[in-house]
Formats: sequence, structure tokens, C-alpha cells
Amino acid sequence: MSKAAELANLIGNINAGGGGVNRNLLINGAMNVAQRGTSQAFAHDGTTNTLLIDRWRFFINGTDELDGTYAQVADDPFGGNGNALKWTTGTAESAIASGEYGYFTQKIEAQNLQHIQNGNSNAKSLTLSFYVKSSITGTFAVGLYKGDNTARIFNKTYTIDSANTWEKKSVTFAGDTSGGGIDDDTGEGFWVNWHIFAGSDYKGGGATSGWTNYANNKWADGQATDAVVTTAGATWLMTQCQLEVGQNPTEFESEPFERTLTKCQRYYQVLVDGGADKAIGVGFYWNSGEVDYTHRFATDMRASPTLEQETGNGYYKMSANNDSFNGFSAIQYVSTRSCNLYADSNVSGTAGFASDIRSRDASSFIAFTAEL
Amino acid sequence: MAKQYQYVNRESEVACIKVEEGNKVSFVPLDPDNTDYAEILKQVKEGTLTIKDAD
Repeated sequence: MSKAAELANLIGNINAGGGGVNRNLLINGAMNVAQRGTSQAFAHDGTTNTLLIDRWRFFINGTDELDGTYAQVADDPFGGNGNALKWTTGTAESAIASGEYGYFTQKIEAQNLQHIQNGNSNAKSLTLSFYVKSSITGTFAVGLYKGDNTARIFNKTYTIDSANTWEKKSVTFAGDTSGGGIDDDTGEGFWVNWHIFAGSDYKGGGATSGWTNYANNKWADGQATDAVVTTAGATWLMTQCQLEVGQNPTEFESEPFERTLTKCQRYYQVLVDGGADKAIGVGFYWNSGEVDYTHRFATDMRASPTLEQETGNGYYKMSANNDSFNGFSAIQYVSTRSCNLYADSNVSGTAGFASDIRSRDASSFIAFTAEL
Repeated sequence: MAKQYQYVNRESEVACIKVEEGNKVSFVPLDPDNTDYAEILKQVKEGTLTIKDAD
């Protein structure tokens, strides 16, 4: 696209209420932040639903043989060293039954969508653009779903023309003037879905011509190929995903890593991730058999978060008297800003005595999650 | 390994729900906006999940 055309697109979007900085409604569209790791094995009888790259969830349902890997990889559409999301099929699914489906999705927080005026006569158009590369050519469905009030869906299709070649795709969704809108809260606003495969129960309902009330047979409507998962070794990659107000795709909005990380930490943040003597914080003995530690989150979280931790023999310690313990016993006094963790098993000290708390093992792990 | 669910009491009140799956131990606060908690409530309502009483 020429610079003149890019400028015209941007001006068009500004006139439609979009454009400018912070125009991308998606978070981590360049796939740069991956706090959970860089690779996750998937299998029909194992993990079937997870976030790996921050904010990007992969979900499979009902498969019989399928396994594969969801990974963050260095693969850049322009030949640089940027990142992409990658699915690689291991064991192929022999056939897609009616109730089977799989998709990548990012859920956008509802309060971040109020300016698009969903559900009223001022509803704004949205344009989704992304780079995609696959060993499989064919037509795929991509779409928006919202659950608030009347559940609504609108899918579009895109075609991968050349195997193993980065291609830029863009689709525009007209504003939805019906359906009761999106509540102004911290819950789910839109799901932005990239469908990978879908059985007959989940397509054919007619969701590709405009916004329509949701039904299961509209979920992946438009998905024409399942070959990514029915072909052993097949790959599907995506990066530089951008959803913006307006009818035109503009150049992907790059942002500093730390800015993206902060956005991601509203939904997930890691306190300690393996290794000996990694500081957690300063705790104290509430009594002779309990250690308490108050933690302020790196950024306010979307909801009071779940504490995730890996426990094991002596994984953590009060360092001053080398009082090791297996893990925290619970989370309490939790809000979106802070929480208190306590350990009341395998600890022993003098009430009021304070010390820094550290990890002790390569598998020590503590994180907080408030995902949509 | 199946997940085990148990209430954790603190000062005679439920503080959170402990979810144990081998060495992975999570604690879910009773916040309806927490999607883990919402999912637990949904499965309890459907009868597919049982939460043990606190020790």
C-alpha cells in the first residue's frame, strides 16, 4: 500500500472516530509478551484450552486423535526478528465430526469498548487486520462475538492463497445497532475469534452477512477448511493483529514491550518463576507457626485474582532463619490491587520477626491470574 | 490427575477455594468477577463439581 493510501485510510478512520495512538483494541497483537512460556503441548486427552502468549487463548473441543503445539516463535512477515503465534499439528485428526471445533481468541474487556457505541444507532465499524501464514491454503472464518445482553455474532472469511507465505488480511465489520450493547464493566466485551476447524454443528447458520443473534451453528460460520488439523505437521501462524475503529486497515501500531507487558499484567502477572534465591517480598511471623506476606500487584488487575503456585518440598523460605516451606496455604484480603498470602504449614519462628521471602527451587512459581 | 476443590476458612469465614492438581495449587477468591470462581459456581450448579468443606 502506498503512503498516500495509508494516510487516506488513517484520515478515514479518524473521521469515523478511530485512528491515532492506542487505536488497537487488541492487546499484544505482535505476540511479544509470553509470561507463561513459549510452547504448550495440546492434545485431545490433555490440555485443550489455555493461554500461552498473553491474551491469546487456544481452545479445542471434542477431538479424538489430535495433538500439537501452540508456541511463540520468531517469525516476522518482513523478514525481521519479530514474533508470531504458531500452531503445529502433530498427530492429525482423522476427520472432523459434527461437534468438533477449535479456534484462537482474544477477549476484549467490555469497558474498553464503550466508544464503539455497540447496540445503538451510532455503532461504529471496526476493521481487523493481521498477517497469517499456513502450510494449508483455503478459506477460514474470523469473527466477532459478544455475549452481553442479546448474544450476537458476525463472521467474515479470508483466504490463504499461497502456502507458507505471510499474507496480510483485513476484514471490516459494520457496527451492530442491535442486541442491547455491551455493558460498561470489567467483564467480556468482544471475543475476536480466528477459527481453525469446525464441525457441521458449528457452521452453516448464516453469520457472514451481518450481525445476527447467536446460535451454535453460527459460531464458526464460513470456515471452509479443517486441513490444518487433519494434516500431520501442518502449521498456522499469525501476528500483527489489529482491531481498530473505522472502515480501513492502517499500519500495525507497534508499542514498547513494557507498555504491552503492563497491559497484559492487568490479566496475568508472575511474581516468581523458578530459581534459587529469587526475592518474593518481605514477610513476617504472624505467630510462631504462620508467615504472612502482603503483596501489591504490578498493576491493578481486572478482578481479584486467582493465586497460582507450584508447590514442593522446601520450594520457598523465610531467608533470615532459612525456614523453608512448601508453598503458601491460601490467599486472603484480596482485591484488584493487593492481597495477603500466608503459610501456616512447615514454618516456625518468633512472632513479629520479619524476613525476606525467597524461592528455593527451579520449579518455584507464583503468579496471579484475572483473565477474561 | 483430577483437580480437588476445598474451601479455605480464615477467622471462621471462607477466604477462598483451594484447587489442587498435583504440585499445582491455586487459590480462587470469592469474587464473582473472577472467571475461575464463576466457572466453579457454574459447575457446582450443574452438579459436576463438589467442593470439600474446610479442614
